[in-house]
Amino acid sequence: MDKTQLLLAVSVVLFAAGLLGVIVRRNVLVMLMFMELTLNGVNLSLVTFTQQAGTTAGAVLVFLVFVVAAAEVAIAIPIVLLLARAKGTLDLAGYRDLKG
Amino acid sequence: MMETALTFVFAVGALAAAAAMLIARHPMRVALALVVAMLCLAGLYAALGVHVIAVFQVLIYVGAIMVFMVYVIMLLDVRDSSFTGRYSALLAPALVGALTLAAVLFFIVVDGQPGRSAAPPTTVFGVQAFSTAFLNEYWLHFELVSVLLVAAVVAAIAVVKLGSRRRG
Repeated sequence: MDKTQLLLAVSVVLFAAGLLGVIVRRNVLVMLMFMELTLNGVNLSLVTFTQQAGTTAGAVLVFLVFVVAAAEVAIAIPIVLLLARAKGTLDLAGYRDLKG
Repeated sequence: MMETALTFVFAVGALAAAAAMLIARHPMRVALALVVAMLCLAGLYAALGVHVIAVFQVLIYVGAIMVFMVYVIMLLDVRDSSFTGRYSALLAPALVGALTLAAVLFFIVVDGQPGRSAAPPTTVFGVQAFSTAFLNEYWLHFELVSVLLVAAVVAAIAVVKLGSRRRG
């Protein structure tokens, strides 16, 4: 297993851990943080491929992912704050009435 | 040699931080573990020679997003029912699913072609190369990203306004 494969394996494990966390944890804020972890896992693979190919395209893509993550957090946090204020809890089980 | 050792250390650190995130009960501990994972990833990027992304990782992710997250955790009362029971009822199926996904992708990565890393391009990825390419070739994306950020800010304000109007 060489260095590239090691880094790709780490990125795979980070992505799977993030996905697992989004599904199993009950706290909304913690779920948001696991979404960031999945994005970080993907970023690691992008950076690895960028460095291997020697082009800037992957680095630009990583930068765009940063911006998307920032925009996602900027919208998600106010929604979480309003939900927590309306329902008095951060537990997903408290939001059952959102189900259509 | 030094870079290989650093890569290994940071990779182990990122994996350990991800595991700590899954186990930790308090959201603040999860946030701090995520900060550690992001810093380890920044170290990995720096060890790879992609310094621009390493700096952005620390500045944007750790400096902006995670500080925001920690601030919100401090604002809210986190000791509710999600504090006593960390995991939902989906724990067992999700564990099986995530392990299957990780195993499949892992074997694809390990079985795949070793790629061109046999002769590693040791070019250091500087700010100059990045910004020249970014503003010459990808200027349209740059502008679209600024539109996206403005839209996000407007949406955040709209959400807050809607919430305050609902409460009267």
